[in-house]
Amino acid sequence: MNINLTMIGQAIAFFIFVVFCMKYVWPPIMAALQERQKKIADGLAASDRAARDLELAQEKSAEELREAKQQAAALIEQANKRAAQIVEASKDDARKEGQKLIEQAKAEIEQERNQARDALRAEIAAIAVAGAEKILETSVDASKHNEMLEKLAAEL
Amino acid sequence: MAGSASEYIQHHLQNLTYGKLPAGYERADGSVVEEATWTLARTGQEASDMGFWALHIDSLGWAVGLGVLFLFLFRMAAKRATSDQPGGLQNFVEVMVEFVDNSVKETFHGKNKVIAPLALTIFCWIFLMNLMDLVPVDFLPQLFHLMGLEYMKVVPTTDVNVTLGMSLSVFALIIYYSLKVKGVGGFLGELTLHPFSSDNLFLKILLVPVNFLLEGVSLIAKPISLALRLFGNLYAGELIFILIALLPLWAQWTLSVPWAIFHILVITLQAFIFMMLTIVYLSMAHEDSH
Repeated sequence: MNINLTMIGQAIAFFIFVVFCMKYVWPPIMAALQERQKKIADGLAASDRAARDLELAQEKSAEELREAKQQAAALIEQANKRAAQIVEASKDDARKEGQKLIEQAKAEIEQERNQARDALRAEIAAIAVAGAEKILETSVDASKHNEMLEKLAAEL
Repeated sequence: MAGSASEYIQHHLQNLTYGKLPAGYERADGSVVEEATWTLARTGQEASDMGFWALHIDSLGWAVGLGVLFLFLFRMAAKRATSDQPGGLQNFVEVMVEFVDNSVKETFHGKNKVIAPLALTIFCWIFLMNLMDLVPVDFLPQLFHLMGLEYMKVVPTTDVNVTLGMSLSVFALIIYYSLKVKGVGGFLGELTLHPFSSDNLFLKILLVPVNFLLEGVSLIAKPISLALRLFGNLYAGELIFILIALLPLWAQWTLSVPWAIFHILVITLQAFIFMMLTIVYLSMAHEDSH
């Protein structure tokens, strides 16, 4: 068991190896490890964020769906109301038109009747005069009795 | 298996040594070295006679080779490191890095760029060096014997020079950071004013040598215990493998398999302990308040 130069040689080799390890081995491996750690942490954070975003988006879509439903309901209601209004209005129009037609018809009828009555009146007066002429033959003065006869005819 | 059992064991525990023989040294074969020469030791005696000026080529070679293997693998993973899906190698490397990083963070709370890579290097390198213990004891030495090299010890951590080289480097770091964080005064104060202190100035001065002795011993004990713990465990493990290898061939597996399985735990544990203690010592060096 001789203590000799080997000890010094070993110490020198040891020193060189440690320096090499410190300069060229340790830092790249440590850097890779730390970078991976960071990547994993970032990935986890990103997935958290994505989950939160998804939740938000779901909430938002539900909200929008609800709004759309409300809007649709409102539109339908409006349309219904409008339709009812239109129906009501057209009913009204029809009723008015009908009334007008009826009134027109009535007026026409009245007019016709008056005409007929007038004609009848004139004819009856003539017939009455003719009848009275025949009955009385001479005694009747047409112009004298015409007034009376007209009064009579008006009473018809 | 040439020679007796003790020769076999000693042969296995002898490093391949390249060193300086003094002038006039008589070599094993009887020839005399004229001048001081650098040469490979042919026997254990020659190796120990080389004294301090000798290198264990096998220990250093395997240690450096395994260290380069470790850095090559990790550098390859580091170059291709992506933050996307990691491949198999990157996965493995990341597991190691995270394991070491967590160990460091649990123990050391200051800011220091050196400690974590240092701990990673210590753990992986020592683990690989210890792992050589699981290679059957005769494989590689026989292979190198065929190549003409007499001695070959393939487990660098069974060489006390290797473990001491590392633990003394750690010790140097302990001293460096102690001085850097606490300053010279703070460090000396830590060595001399604790654990016994007094409000009385005279008593305080009287206690300085006692404290210095205690703290000095505990400071020196750190690198020694660090080195000898690793060395002792692996040396003993290797020795037992060698002893098992002395058994008849048919009986070897009954012992070597359980011991190898147990040793998987030991080599990992020893690498971990060396790393952990390094972190603990360095974090102690960073603590200002005593």
